[in-house]
Amino acid sequence: MKKEQKSKQDDRFKIANREALIGLALAIFNFVWWFAFAYGLGGQSPETYTYVFGLPAWFFYSSVIGFIVMALLVIIVVKVWFVEVPLDDEEGEKS
Amino acid sequence: MNTAVVISLLIFLVIIFVIGFWSSRSLKNTAEESFLQEYFLGGRQLGGFILAMTMIATYGSASSFIGGPGVAYTEGFGWVLLSMSQVATGYFVLMILGKKFAIMARRYKAVTLIDYLKGRYQSKWVVLTAAFSIIIFLFAAMAAQWVGGARLIESLTGLNYTTALFIFAVSVLVYVIIGGFRAVALTDTVQGVVMFGGTLILLIATIAAGGGIGNIMADLTAENPNLVTPYGAEGSLSPTYVSSFWILVGVAVVGLPQVTVRAMSYKSSRSMHRALIIGTVVVGFIMLNMHLIGVFARPILPGIEVGDKVMPLIAQEVLPPWLAGIVLAAPMAAIMSTVDSLLLIVSSAVVKDVYLNYIKPDASNTRVKQMSFGVTAILGILVFLMALSPPDLLIWLNLFAFGGLEATFIWPVVLGLYWEAGNKYGALSSMVVGIASYIIVDQFFPNLFGLHNVVLPILLSLIAFVIVSLLTKSFVIQSSMNQEKIERSV
Repeated sequence: MKKEQKSKQDDRFKIANREALIGLALAIFNFVWWFAFAYGLGGQSPETYTYVFGLPAWFFYSSVIGFIVMALLVIIVVKVWFVEVPLDDEEGEKS
Repeated sequence: MNTAVVISLLIFLVIIFVIGFWSSRSLKNTAEESFLQEYFLGGRQLGGFILAMTMIATYGSASSFIGGPGVAYTEGFGWVLLSMSQVATGYFVLMILGKKFAIMARRYKAVTLIDYLKGRYQSKWVVLTAAFSIIIFLFAAMAAQWVGGARLIESLTGLNYTTALFIFAVSVLVYVIIGGFRAVALTDTVQGVVMFGGTLILLIATIAAGGGIGNIMADLTAENPNLVTPYGAEGSLSPTYVSSFWILVGVAVVGLPQVTVRAMSYKSSRSMHRALIIGTVVVGFIMLNMHLIGVFARPILPGIEVGDKVMPLIAQEVLPPWLAGIVLAAPMAAIMSTVDSLLLIVSSAVVKDVYLNYIKPDASNTRVKQMSFGVTAILGILVFLMALSPPDLLIWLNLFAFGGLEATFIWPVVLGLYWEAGNKYGALSSMVVGIASYIIVDQFFPNLFGLHNVVLPILLSLIAFVIVSLLTKSFVIQSSMNQEKIERSV
């Protein structure tokens, strides 16, 4: 009984650690996307800018599309990889 | 004074009151021993939607809702780009603290961030340093927010500052005292919805008033081509500086006490999953809309000198008055919800972390209840008095508070979760180094290497945490074994 409980907890922490790493990876990806489009496309002089839906292309891709991509990634990651675990150690402690 | 605007705002305040009273019923119904959990944490029963909304309302403090669009008005698209670093906050905080923080907080029976630190490090000095920095910094941050709230009421109603401050103070205090955390979380939800809808309506109306996005772009480029670049109106926003905001408002938010307390308040891991998705979508949507409003307002209302006035002025310019009132309830909402949660955090630091831990551990439940209401009320009155004639130090402390708290808490929290060898000496030195180096950088070396002041102290406090923890390893083998026992025990 005791042993079973212990291994169950180790599993929960393993899941939590993996999810934290996913969070870190998402943030790094987000930053790279944001930075590359913003300063890659926005680095030239404003006369040469192209516009998408009226917005400067660098801004459209880094901030608008970047936001949509991140939202979709978060949805996919949560639905596919995140696991539901009980948060309380013992049920019936307080309901 | 604009009657329609004021009436809409008043209706909003009444709705907030009703929610406060309604949720106070759940306080009366709780068993005696769970009062602290209920008052300061809403009984750990928040669902996904409410959790997401209360997180968002906490991130988007007054500075971003009033100040942000104002800076975007001045700097152009570079500032909108900068604000989009907050999208990361939407998922990063909950994923990093995540399930482990919720599980450990429950195991330690933690109601505040400090409870968690106490449970993790078992050290009086860690607790007292943490409580001290929370009380000082958050008290200052709160007072400055009250000033902002009162100024907003003042500019909308034409009442004088003292009256406006009084109205603001009474409405905040009443429902924080009555309802506790659950009331704050629920009103955060209403406020989050208002912000979401309000910024969308205002953005559309602003684009229409400016004759379409293409037209607005042409006007901006004609005025100053730098406005449509990522470098700011004067070309002074360097990529390094803008990127370092990813630390300040993006990832280091993980250490803020008002954010961590929310990460221990949710009901189940399913609520957390929903909050991750809703939070990311909503926070990104609000940030994008709100800052775009600031930029787009520029050709429509040129020559606004005080940034804080951009939002109120553009709303009253492009919207019918009654709708402007509802939309302006959004920044009002942001200020109020920030203040409410700060008030709760500070009073929990006083009552739970200092009084119950070290002054009178055996206080009766009735006594704790009286103390909680009493301290919250007294703090409110103190803040009111400070906000009446705000000292200069206060403004400085407010600017300082968020970075300072991040530098203090980020590593003790995050490494406390994920690095077993982290110990109380590491945590204590990390807090002290974080605070001290932040003060030094802020005072003597502002924007060192082109970075925001918060970046270096966060690095230094990380180094301090790791080195001191490793050096003192042999001292604490005994206590870390105890710690392991607690972690493993059921």
